[in-house]
Amino acid sequence: MKRLFGILAAGLLLTAVAACGSSSDSSDGAATVPPRLKLTVFAAASLKGTFTEIGKQFEATHKGVTVTFNFAGSADLVAQIQQGAPADVFASADTKNMDKATSDNLISGTPVNFAKNTLEIATPPDNPAHITSLADLAKPGVKVVLCAIEVPCGSAAHAIEDATGVKIKPVSEEQAVTDVLGKVTSGEADAGLVYVTDVKGAGASVHGVTFPESTKAINTYPIAALAGSKHASAAAAFAAYVAGAKGQAVLAAAGFAKP
Amino acid sequence: MSATTSVGIPRWIYVPAAVGALFIVLPLVALASRVEWSHFFSLITSDSSVAALKLSLRTSALSTLLCILFGVPMAIVLARTSFRGQSILRSLVLLPLVLPPVVGGIALLYTFGRKGLLGHTLDVLGIQIAFSTTAVVLAQAFVAMPFMVVSLEGTLRAAGQRYEVVAATLGARPTTVLRRVTLPLVLPGLAAGAILAFARSLGEFGATITFAGSLQGVTRTLPLEIYLQREGDPNAAVALSLVLVVVAVLVIGLVRRPRGGQL
Amino acid sequence: MSLELTATIDNRDLDISFSVADGETLAILGPNGAGKSSALGVIAGIVHPDSGRASLDGETLFDLPAEWRPAHARGTALMAQDPLLFPHLTVLDNVGFGPRSLGKSRRESRELARHWLAEVDASELAARKPSQLSGGQAQRIAVARALAAEPRLLLLDEPMAALDITVVPAMRQMLKRVLADRSAIIVTHDVLDAVLLADRVVVMESGRIVEEGATKEVLARPRSQFGAGIAGLNLMRGLAAGGAVRTPSGTTIEGLSEPPIADDEPAVAVFNPSSVAVYLTRPVGSPRNAFATKVLELEPHGSQVRVRTEELSADVTVPVVAELDLMPGKEIFLVVKASEVAIYPA
Repeated sequence: MKRLFGILAAGLLLTAVAACGSSSDSSDGAATVPPRLKLTVFAAASLKGTFTEIGKQFEATHKGVTVTFNFAGSADLVAQIQQGAPADVFASADTKNMDKATSDNLISGTPVNFAKNTLEIATPPDNPAHITSLADLAKPGVKVVLCAIEVPCGSAAHAIEDATGVKIKPVSEEQAVTDVLGKVTSGEADAGLVYVTDVKGAGASVHGVTFPESTKAINTYPIAALAGSKHASAAAAFAAYVAGAKGQAVLAAAGFAKP
Repeated sequence: MSATTSVGIPRWIYVPAAVGALFIVLPLVALASRVEWSHFFSLITSDSSVAALKLSLRTSALSTLLCILFGVPMAIVLARTSFRGQSILRSLVLLPLVLPPVVGGIALLYTFGRKGLLGHTLDVLGIQIAFSTTAVVLAQAFVAMPFMVVSLEGTLRAAGQRYEVVAATLGARPTTVLRRVTLPLVLPGLAAGAILAFARSLGEFGATITFAGSLQGVTRTLPLEIYLQREGDPNAAVALSLVLVVVAVLVIGLVRRPRGGQL
Repeated sequence: MSLELTATIDNRDLDISFSVADGETLAILGPNGAGKSSALGVIAGIVHPDSGRASLDGETLFDLPAEWRPAHARGTALMAQDPLLFPHLTVLDNVGFGPRSLGKSRRESRELARHWLAEVDASELAARKPSQLSGGQAQRIAVARALAAEPRLLLLDEPMAALDITVVPAMRQMLKRVLADRSAIIVTHDVLDAVLLADRVVVMESGRIVEEGATKEVLARPRSQFGAGIAGLNLMRGLAAGGAVRTPSGTTIEGLSEPPIADDEPAVAVFNPSSVAVYLTRPVGSPRNAFATKVLELEPHGSQVRVRTEELSADVTVPVVAELDLMPGKEIFLVVKASEVAIYPA
């Protein structure tokens, strides 16, 4: 029993030590030469599909570099970086969160805007409430789900309401754009305001309704290498790759607009 | 300490015990240390915070009531009868204890949602549950019910049936026995079950956000408000978290008291 | 209020049939595990027999498999050795529980409760909670509570077994008073309860009734081992053989048979332990019954000492014990004069 306890304790200790040690490689250098360089990219949740693809391409053209991602809400990511999380690159879904990182001197250089996203109406495939325009969302009896104003998709929706004078009375204000999409795909809501890229990504499970007023709120995605990175040049190279022709092609295919 | 234990415990056991205690206490201390005390009062009395707290208290009280209305009869049936499949039924009733709440939320959605099992029937009756405060109460009752059933069934079994038998031979009908003998005897267990159910309802997050949505004053309970405030105003999230911790501590204190007395 | 009962319970091997006449108190005697409490449970409606029927005053209590009247509708209040007063109610409300359950108003029920508390000399306890009562007080209240339910038949399951022996005599007097002219069944293993409280006795052994009759008759001329035991008598069972009884093991006991019994009819020989003398060697001469045996144990019995053996007992004086150096395991002869042995049909 005592021995078993000892083995368990030792095992736990080893695991803990290993976990601490693995996060940062000591090698520093250019994107081309050093063996087994690991680049950690913190990216907004809405970039999951595109960045995974871009990461693969980047690894293919930059031998010896492995790219790993942490996808989460932009506000969460900034908070993690502030707490000292080992990240090399930060890609935010809005300028507000990038500004937070900049003002805390967490960024190396200046952020580059690499994509834009606009809102689109998502309805269940059969569009039960016959939504064809933004104004339709304000009709009584239509169950609309928005993002809460505290999160970027919510502040965008709010900006559009302010600019157009269309007052939407949502039945729910969700924490994240994926929650809005979930309420629409399950058929609980008649419509939701999500990003163009979300509608595209959801495929046949939702029906998208574009509306001209969406230009009143354009979300800009900035990317920057981080000051705390141990692989400064590789980090800068990744940011440049995203903003470059190859990265832009992937983003455009997913529905993102050029910055 | 030596007055109560005649046989000592190994001395090394204090080390892991202390680590365990620290593991629980330290995060609470860290939370309290992060509170901006100068703004604490204004943070927890903002419109959205007060609305969330009120909604949480109201829905938790209602879901506790549901737990009493349906959980007490369930506990009585489980404790006082035996029938085929009873142990399976008990396991199913207790399932929400171990189920991730988000799974409960999805299950409720496919039951009471617009396209759910009962959704069409409810729609015909003019009842719409999704996105309503009712949905919050249902989500809370779903996860809290097992606490009532477990607590009360245990008390009922421990109390035995001897008093009930005597009451019956004195001419009391089953309903009279239940009202005048069984329930008064298991009141401490019932109270403990109700308080636990209330506490569980107060903390419910996953099933609510999945099933009910999030709208200030309607479906955004305190845990949802805290989660949302993390995005906008982390200081408010911390302050509200502390409020929830304080409420939880009060509730635990309430549960412990009747136990110490009668049972 | 007369009871007729026939019932069997298969898994307890119980098969009984007896009756209680109007106003009669019946004592059920028997060793532990004989099925006495089960019998009461069947009558009260809390133990479900496999077959049988029972009626109270001509009203069917059960007639299996067709009819089964639930416990609360039988009018048979049951009181056990544990008083089981409802801990959350005062003494007064405990006693008033029966009337209240039968639909009487709160005021009326309390009135009745006060009456029955007075009956058991416990009026001053009315406001207490059960936790504030002694064992004897609690059992008095339990009696009052059972009586207040106005049962047509009162069932008492060893009501004094859990009481301190110092309060038993007073309790017994109280029961004697309230049981007079009342139909009741009392399960007991104390012969005094049978003598003082019961008009008639039923003796149960292993789920069967082995003896039944008026209390005095059963105690004077027991036909069962248990009946003889509680009457303090020696009993040997066998077949009649020329005015004597021959036991299955081949021993023959001489005695006075009255009335005369035909040979090979079941018969019992009964005699008092005080008539039995103890010898270390087999005595010679005269038609005496002498049985070789071993001392099992010695116990004080009034001013004498009871010498127990496997089957029989003898009461001797202390000097005799000393003189014969009696101790467990010692080989002795028990001797009883034929004129002291009563032989009658079993």
